[in-house]
Amino acid sequence: MAGYLLRRLGGMVLVLLGVSLLVFLIMQLVPGDPARTLLGPTATAEAIAAVRQDLGLNQPLVNQYLDYLGGLLRGDLNNSLVMAQPVTEIVFPKLGNTIILAAGALVICLVVGVPLGVLAATRQYSLFDRGAMFLSLAGASVPVYWAALVAISIFALQLGWLPTSGMYDVRNPGGFGDLLLHLVLPAATAAVVPTAVIARLTRSVMVEALQQDHIRMLRANGVSERQIVWRHALRNALPPIVNIVGLQVGYLLGGVIFIEVVFSWPGLGGQLYTSITANDMPIIQAGVLFIAVVFVVVNLVADIVVALLDPRTREAVR
Amino acid sequence: MSSTTLDGTALSPVPSVDAVASAVKRRSKPALMWRALRRDKAAVISIGVLLVLALVSVFAPLIAPYDPLEGDATQRLEGIGTAGHLLGLDGQGRDILSRLIHGGRYSLTVAVLPVLVAGPIALLIGMSAGYFGGRVGDAVMRVLDVLFAFPVVLLAIAIAAVLGPGLLNVMLAIGITMVPYMARVVYTATVQESAKEYVEAARAAGATQGQILRQQLLPNVLSPLVVYGTSLCGLMIVLAAGLSFLGVGVTPPAPDWGVMTSDGRSVLLEGYGHVATIPGIVILVAALAFNLIGDGVRDALDPHKQTS
Repeated sequence: MAGYLLRRLGGMVLVLLGVSLLVFLIMQLVPGDPARTLLGPTATAEAIAAVRQDLGLNQPLVNQYLDYLGGLLRGDLNNSLVMAQPVTEIVFPKLGNTIILAAGALVICLVVGVPLGVLAATRQYSLFDRGAMFLSLAGASVPVYWAALVAISIFALQLGWLPTSGMYDVRNPGGFGDLLLHLVLPAATAAVVPTAVIARLTRSVMVEALQQDHIRMLRANGVSERQIVWRHALRNALPPIVNIVGLQVGYLLGGVIFIEVVFSWPGLGGQLYTSITANDMPIIQAGVLFIAVVFVVVNLVADIVVALLDPRTREAVR
Repeated sequence: MSSTTLDGTALSPVPSVDAVASAVKRRSKPALMWRALRRDKAAVISIGVLLVLALVSVFAPLIAPYDPLEGDATQRLEGIGTAGHLLGLDGQGRDILSRLIHGGRYSLTVAVLPVLVAGPIALLIGMSAGYFGGRVGDAVMRVLDVLFAFPVVLLAIAIAAVLGPGLLNVMLAIGITMVPYMARVVYTATVQESAKEYVEAARAAGATQGQILRQQLLPNVLSPLVVYGTSLCGLMIVLAAGLSFLGVGVTPPAPDWGVMTSDGRSVLLEGYGHVATIPGIVILVAALAFNLIGDGVRDALDPHKQTS
């Protein structure tokens, strides 16, 4: 297991290096001069030249990347071009809020998606199975931004049950209860697509798991059907489910951009959107990078969980 | 090499490459597939739905009752069922039905064309990495690993943001985002198929690398790619409209379905839900249709699911 961990960690470091390089290169393609954005349209040519010198924009690309990488490792990501604040001070609190939203959605995905898939598998080809699978295919096709608008329209505007936007009440910010109240709609909408994907996958791996010989053996020995399904079969079906959940976290981290924009949730996705409109490259760079890092780490954790569940996968790597 | 076990000289007269290969391999014949697909009611209905959407888009100027860009300010925001405007009007008094009809031209093209263009590129990358393997294949897959570190939606938004809004740029963003995923599907299929006996047989019968890749592997690698690509179109309809929704895709006032949803967002809070809701439903229906066809094609190609 230790060897497996080391190999995976090494692989992750390489991927993260690649990620930082790619983010750096993509941002080089951006039209426009950061120095000009920083100084505004009235800046003189001398001032722009001075700032370019200051930002190291006149150096060869390789040096610029190494500078950027060095800054990353020191936790220094320059200042925002629009707000006079270090990027880290803007991005980290927002990343925290995004993780709260994604975690809320993930809980819904797991609580709804996995049982739905299991129940559908145990009633294969029944009306329930067909209904659940059609619903989840429809769920997987839902445009999140539309779902968010529909949810606001119904639950916030017409029924008035839940707030339309934000993370806390503006006039009377409360504690955890207030947060939960604001979290329900965004998290539920963000969860629609991943829940559907997880339910579909869970069903197909459970159908396979239930057909295996040892399950028939357990049945012959009189083990109760509930134990067979929820303990024995589900345990065998778990590794691919854990993997797809890891991948769905990636979907959540990308999809929350829409959710955060529509619900004005003060997270990294909403910030990215604002920064894209304002052409604030350091923030976009950092935001994209951090989301990728979280995604890579989550998938590593998922792989480790799978390796713990199923020792065979440890040897299969490389 | 191991080809001695299946040496062509053992068989006399030496059969042509094709004769050996077609005896061993299973080829997915489109006709056979269609027959299986035809039994899938959901898939057939979906094909019908998409055909209608495509035809309506093509003949939009003939069908649409109003100009999609000209509004009548006196009737702005009137709801579903307004006389002469079946689906109502938007915030600028434009007929929503006419905009939807014209919108298909943008929303369908922007989603489907990139997948069609990315397909051959993915085939080239995936098949060469999978068949030749070695250091180059490894390196290619490592580069793809880096791209997989970005959530799809995020990568598409980042590329679209960097390129700037516009029809061509959205398609470019979607295409670039899709290539690694499609290439991985091709790569996996190529590695699996390369190890099978019919490839070995073709090699033993003297087929060149190019012949093996084109005649033996390509048809068998193509089917998983087609299945994947079909479902991908569904996903891309949603994503492409999403990019337009965020303002990094098709630019207003073009009646793209995502742009229309975004237009409806501001008036939703004033209680006019129909402007945003209707285009979203169309996006959902189109995406679901692609997904149902994708499911149907997968089942049709799956030998376990074929009943006599």
